[in-house]
Amino acid sequence: MTEETLIGILRTQAFFKGMSEDQLTRLASVATAIEVADGDLIFEEGGFADASYVILEGSVALELNVSHRAHHIVQTLHRGEVLGWSWLFPPYRWSFSALALDPTQLIRFDAEQLRTLQDSDCVLGYEMMKRFAHIMTNRLAATRLQLVDFYGHTH
Amino acid sequence: MDTLTEAAVIDQMTPVPFHVRSVREELAHTFTLELEPPNGEFNFLPGQFTMMYSFGIGEVPISISSRNSRKETILQTIRRTGAVTNALGLLKSGAHVGIRGPFGTPWPMEKAEGRDLLIIGGGIGLAPLRPAIYHALENRDKYERVIVLYGTRTPADILFKTELDRWASRDDVTSLITVDSADRGWHGSVGVVTRLIGRVDFDPANTTAMVCGPEIMMTVTAQRLMDDYEMAPEDLYVTMERNMKCGIGICGHCQFGSKFICTDGAVFPYTEVDQLLQIKGV
Repeated sequence: MTEETLIGILRTQAFFKGMSEDQLTRLASVATAIEVADGDLIFEEGGFADASYVILEGSVALELNVSHRAHHIVQTLHRGEVLGWSWLFPPYRWSFSALALDPTQLIRFDAEQLRTLQDSDCVLGYEMMKRFAHIMTNRLAATRLQLVDFYGHTH
Repeated sequence: MDTLTEAAVIDQMTPVPFHVRSVREELAHTFTLELEPPNGEFNFLPGQFTMMYSFGIGEVPISISSRNSRKETILQTIRRTGAVTNALGLLKSGAHVGIRGPFGTPWPMEKAEGRDLLIIGGGIGLAPLRPAIYHALENRDKYERVIVLYGTRTPADILFKTELDRWASRDDVTSLITVDSADRGWHGSVGVVTRLIGRVDFDPANTTAMVCGPEIMMTVTAQRLMDDYEMAPEDLYVTMERNMKCGIGICGHCQFGSKFICTDGAVFPYTEVDQLLQIKGV
């Protein structure tokens, strides 16, 4: 896939909405398009977090390996959603495993190159951090609601 | 509210014995009774409820979960949570149950005509919504998009799974399910029901949303629709439940601020209850 095509894809993704062409070009320079099959493990809990992803098509389950329940699905992510932020902070270890639930297309960003890019371009780095922080707070809020177990108290 | 005559009060307070035609176990603690009215016909609107009387035990308000075009029997889906619902759960085909009603306000099916329908249910909250879904499907040309979003605890807690799957297979309906928790093997969504909203197409300016589930779920859902999609609060409808007793607005058991749930609701425009939902203990 050419860089032009990648830039075009990034432009259509909600996560990158409002970014300049120059910023999209820089991001595309560290990105590749990948495809995984239904049931493929995209990354594994505890492994080195060497990438971030945007899901173009398909669904991905975030799983936690719990001793008494082999693989507990914490959340599923779908088209247009960002997958993975463990690459942002040392020691860069995945908190969850990511399993493709369908044939899934993703844009993969190399973590080391992305960190270098963000460190060298603080405006882009700050923009990316704001966007990741927004996603993190939304997912934290959703997780809190899951913890409430509100269906257990329904009428 | 109109003043009821003594005769009307007596009439509405007297349970009518309905014949239990069948009992269906839906989930571990949830079952559906198919009931036959003694005169062969029962008229109601989607969203209405009855007071169900287990003889010698007591009464509970239960929403009707069947299509209102079918008048010779009604379905009532019940979760075992106390003495009355446990007693109702012991009934067998051929038994009788006392019914009063129908009571309460309906879903705004006529007002929603020509618009997208966004129907969002949580847990057993899908039961009061099912008549609205049936109505929309039986009158499919009167509505634009029909979207059903359903959230529950685990895959084992999915109510009306066969129907949800059937609706999902239709070209003219979008139906999505999510659960709060699942193990590998579940190939559907995991996450709160509000996360499903972002996965469907609808026109927020021309959508009527009908939401039923736990109050916190309805509040969070309404907030999401207003904040993220700029839906007008007057286009949102929710159902409320309190301890309904008389069903006709005279006993005050179900008072909710200045409202009586049994007569002003149970289906409310969100604008009528949003402030009350923010007050602890109301």
